Amino acid sequence: MADGTPLLELEGVSVRFGPVQALDRVDFAVGAGEVVGLVGDNGAGKSTLVKAIAGIHAPDEGTIRFEGEEVRIKGPQDATELGIATVYQDLALCDNLDVVANLFLGREQVAPGSGRASRQLDEVKMEHETADLLSNLAVTIPSLRSEVGTLSGGQRQQVAVARSLLGEPKVVLLDEPTAALGVPQTKQVLELIRRLRERNLGVVVISHNLVDVFAIADRVFVLRLGRAAGEFQADQTTEEHVIGAITGVGEGGEKNHQSEAKPGEGEKK
Amino acid sequence: MSPTEATTADDAAEGRPGAGETLRRIVQGDLSAVRVVLGLVVIAIIFQVQEPRFLSAENLTNLMLQITTIGLISVGIVYVLLLGEIDLSVGAVSGLSAAVMAVLSVNHGWNAYMAIAAGVATGAAIGCLQGTLFSRFVVPSFVVTLAGLLAWEGALLQVLGQTGSLNITDPKITGLANIFYSDTVGWIFAVVIVAAYGALTAVGYRRRVAAGLEDTNPLPLIVRFVFVSAIVIAAVAILNSDRGVPLAVMILLAFVVGMEYVARRTTFGRHVFAVGGNAEAARRAGIHVNRVRIAVFTIAGTMAAIGGVMAASRLFAVNQNSGGNELLLLAIAGPVIAGTSLFGGRGSVWTALLGALVIGSISNGMDLLSLSSAVKLMVTGGVLLLAVLVDAVARQQRQTTGRV
Repeated sequence: MADGTPLLELEGVSVRFGPVQALDRVDFAVGAGEVVGLVGDNGAGKSTLVKAIAGIHAPDEGTIRFEGEEVRIKGPQDATELGIATVYQDLALCDNLDVVANLFLGREQVAPGSGRASRQLDEVKMEHETADLLSNLAVTIPSLRSEVGTLSGGQRQQVAVARSLLGEPKVVLLDEPTAALGVPQTKQVLELIRRLRERNLGVVVISHNLVDVFAIADRVFVLRLGRAAGEFQADQTTEEHVIGAITGVGEGGEKNHQSEAKPGEGEKK
Repeated sequence: MSPTEATTADDAAEGRPGAGETLRRIVQGDLSAVRVVLGLVVIAIIFQVQEPRFLSAENLTNLMLQITTIGLISVGIVYVLLLGEIDLSVGAVSGLSAAVMAVLSVNHGWNAYMAIAAGVATGAAIGCLQGTLFSRFVVPSFVVTLAGLLAWEGALLQVLGQTGSLNITDPKITGLANIFYSDTVGWIFAVVIVAAYGALTAVGYRRRVAAGLEDTNPLPLIVRFVFVSAIVIAAVAILNSDRGVPLAVMILLAFVVGMEYVARRTTFGRHVFAVGGNAEAARRAGIHVNRVRIAVFTIAGTMAAIGGVMAASRLFAVNQNSGGNELLLLAIAGPVIAGTSLFGGRGSVWTALLGALVIGSISNGMDLLSLSSAVKLMVTGGVLLLAVLVDAVARQQRQTTGRV
């Protein structure tokens, strides 16, 4: 758990799509070396929350603080520069490009000595770093030069997760990282998430799979209908309690004594 | 050798691409260049049987001069196609840019280079404008450039004024398409090209080996080097036995090689492929998608203008027909015939040259056989349809094998 100021902190964040209130005054925080599981039913606002942090949908209200400083995240570039990396559920890979090109998309390595104007790609360096990174993560891809469109769903997920680590981020947001994976690959990704925590990164994991969430998360944050619906220490609660918060069944009592000491988001109506 | 554990283990299981894999890649369009070269051979045999002058040095030189304009315009079109967009204005833009150049040179007595620069700048500005309209207002590129097609044709008539045609006399402009180099210079070109290609290949290969990367089988590189060298030497030998290597061919080649380099080896080119493959993914990766789009349409306008200048130089004139007729459609058809996808993200600048060669040979051969325009248009249309069908079938096969 983070001591002192959280790495990333959201306060009273709201996002609206026309008449739909996708997020309603949500307070959320993640500290360095902490894995937060973000759970909730379909349409609860999990993806919207992640997109607000990642600069895809700017919040209509509320403040975001990064390392204690208030920041405005207006686009994906802003988030990347702060050190927030995101792996989306749809992976956002270019199927027509190979593994190396996808890994370095938007942050291509430029050959030494090539001027700013020519910006020659340093393919050798990029391929080398890709091979190193993937072997460190124990990711197996038939060929680094195969087009991503030819890879299996699990391989694509691994490429996407690996890509998020290239920019040396401080916070990593993972949207359903295990949804498309088989059992061994799920284990690898969970192992990878633990390694991120050891590196003192803040990790936010969206997942439908409570087993996975309980396997890795320090804290579980529940969204329901766009609002914060409870927060639990993973080692001090049970799946039943979390499910209760997700579905809204047996609210009240649970939340009041399980809820963290964060300014009572659950009570705001 | 250094760490490749992650990949080598799987390579053994997956196996190296064998003959079957190569055949699949040819059929499915990854090696569409091979398909096009085979097509060219077939075309050459058909016409050579009917008309022995087809493969003469003189006719092949003419063919190269005939395809210069289409090839140059197609270079810009390839970039637009890589984005998955279309630019219908390139024909009109080439005519208008040439007219601007001609008016400044002939009527206003501008220095040739200044006039050419002004013509090319006109094309670039138009491309930039159309790219901005397309990307900022999210208007389909088809509509923006269709409006451009009409507007710039009108502008061409306006610029040419009453007479409707201008004869270009400045030898610096007419020389672009009418200068031929001596045999010696031609062979120097050949040696320089082959040496540079060999050196770059060797350096690239040694870097890969030094870094301990996979795919270090040198055989494909050697085969490619021998193939390219043979073509360069044969081309120079043929051109030399007629009037010599034309400046126009060197200009076309320089743009094809240069723009292929930009597409394959630079950050910008990588971003073009990324936007064409998955614009949303590119945007999320922090790529300025709209800037890439505007730059690509600017390139298309610029290349159209350069093609227009070359056409004017070859004709010694600009008239109301400049950039008109089927030029636009042929410039788009060429890269598509040669394997650049209409759906974005796949293709190469070489297809501009190869496609222009296919279209140029068919048109040139039918001219030699004195076939009517009616037949020529129908045959060219048939070839385009066939090529697009092959592309579509290849795409379907990729999808059924899980490749999108």
